[in-house]
Amino acid sequence: MSEGFFSRGFHGRRRTSDLSERLPPGQYLERDFPVLSAGPTPQTPLASWDFSIVGEVDQPKRWSWDAFHTLPRETITRDIHCVTKWSKLDTYWEGVSLDLLLAQVATAAEYVIAFCDGGYTTNLPLEEVTGRKAWIVDTYEGEPLASEHGGPARLLIPHLYFWKSAKWVRGLRLLEKDEPGFWESLGYNNHGDPWKEERYWGD
Amino acid sequence: MEGRTLLGRLSWQLGEVVATRPETARTKSITLDLPGWTGHRAGQHVDVRLTAEDGYRAERSYSIASPPEEAPRVTLTVERLDDGEVSPYLTEELRVGDKLELRGPIGGYFVWEAEIGGPLLLVAGGSGIVPLMAMLRHRDAAAGTVATRLLYSSRALEEMIYRDELNRRMKSSAMLEVLQTLTRAQPPGWTGYSRRIDLQMLREVAWPVEQRPLTFICGPTPFVETAAAILVKLGHEPARLKTERFGPTGEKKHDGE
Ligand SMILES: Cc1cc2nc3c(=O)[nH]c(=O)nc-3n(C[C@H](O)[C@H](O)[C@H](O)COP(=O)(O)OP(=O)(O)OC[C@H]3O[C@@H](n4cnc5c(N)ncnc54)[C@H](O)[C@@H]3O)c2cc1C
Repeated sequence: MSEGFFSRGFHGRRRTSDLSERLPPGQYLERDFPVLSAGPTPQTPLASWDFSIVGEVDQPKRWSWDAFHTLPRETITRDIHCVTKWSKLDTYWEGVSLDLLLAQVATAAEYVIAFCDGGYTTNLPLEEVTGRKAWIVDTYEGEPLASEHGGPARLLIPHLYFWKSAKWVRGLRLLEKDEPGFWESLGYNNHGDPWKEERYWGD
Repeated sequence: MEGRTLLGRLSWQLGEVVATRPETARTKSITLDLPGWTGHRAGQHVDVRLTAEDGYRAERSYSIASPPEEAPRVTLTVERLDDGEVSPYLTEELRVGDKLELRGPIGGYFVWEAEIGGPLLLVAGGSGIVPLMAMLRHRDAAAGTVATRLLYSSRALEEMIYRDELNRRMKSSAMLEVLQTLTRAQPPGWTGYSRRIDLQMLREVAWPVEQRPLTFICGPTPFVETAAAILVKLGHEPARLKTERFGPTGEKKHDGE
């Protein structure tokens, strides 16, 4: 619509960065770690925390905090991209791969919706969270994940905008049909690929 | 956590700057005429996009300060960060007659409409007042009498955005109370609070839990974290506390103003 428009007197600042090829379009480099959430930070005692896989499965699965910590762990170093325009490079996490968790159920489902303390949800096609693309992480930069960043555990799906990396995650519901999550039903894009700038509906 | 759905597609539109107004030494309100604006709800924001002559672009989000009743005019209030990329342009370079590219409205959660009712508790830190101001303006424009309390924290009196307007609204509107705290410097004779938000302050200001108030908190992250955690501790329902965090994240630099 506004082809050829430019902002009089605007020059911009960060054109010459050797990191620019790691920044998706519209993103800027952030060194802090901003926090964005829709409500107060939930506080679930570890003794009552669990992680479940439910929905279209042969048999639901559930891990207590202790059981979750007997699972094989991985370390993950990735760039992350928030729809509010910041990106953070080389963030370092530790957790359990969704491949490993999902391998423990039999399902014909093609979609998954993550559910969280506080009522937040986010939806994904199963193929976006399998094949070494997604983890449940409980450690950030070598420390237990802080509660404002989603601790005790959050999803980590670095290749999608960070609202998909649901904080305070408590489980996955497997679905045959896609179903929009919290932000996805409030105008955010259903898929959320930062490299395609899939921010809002219709992007 | 229900919400209403938005329009199918958000496209970029050009607005013309029809007025600018300094609010404090660091903040300016920018009023745009947006012929293609389809309306918004108090609490929503827009994405602003700046394009340099060579095609370089930068985008940032800004809350809408004006009430839906003023559409198709929309006002943003921007705080200048000296080392920022976009906010110095908006507060210093942009002038009446210029065009600004934006899209919106965005966000369907941190919103309030007069018919949702109250009582309403609004808790603002620094420029976090902006979306809450849209709610207050909407409340008055809709002839609302919803019982409302605003607790507004600033570093100093001169940094308080919309100060005169807030006083005026409080005087002219029944059921609106504005409580202020100044965290760094207080003028002689100051009768408001003089410290960061804490348990005691929220105990005094917040509505009784039994009245099931609806609370909106907006400001820098540590501020929002503190206020929301205290209200939960005081027994407020987490589902009735809505938060929006923006502004710089530097937890050392910005100590919960
Ligand atoms: C939903 C939402 C609503 C918002 N509403 C408002 C509003 O109503 N009013 C408002 O004023 N703001 C609002 N904001 C914040 C706004 O979007 C911008 O973040 C803000 O204006 C700063 O942008 P900037 O380009 O000036 O600064 P940026 O260039 O983004 O810099 C931000 C800070 O990061 C630091 N920084 C940047 N680059 C570097 C670097 N390379 N190295 C080290 N440090 C660096 C700087 O210290 C600077 O202070 C909102 C944000 C969100 C998400």
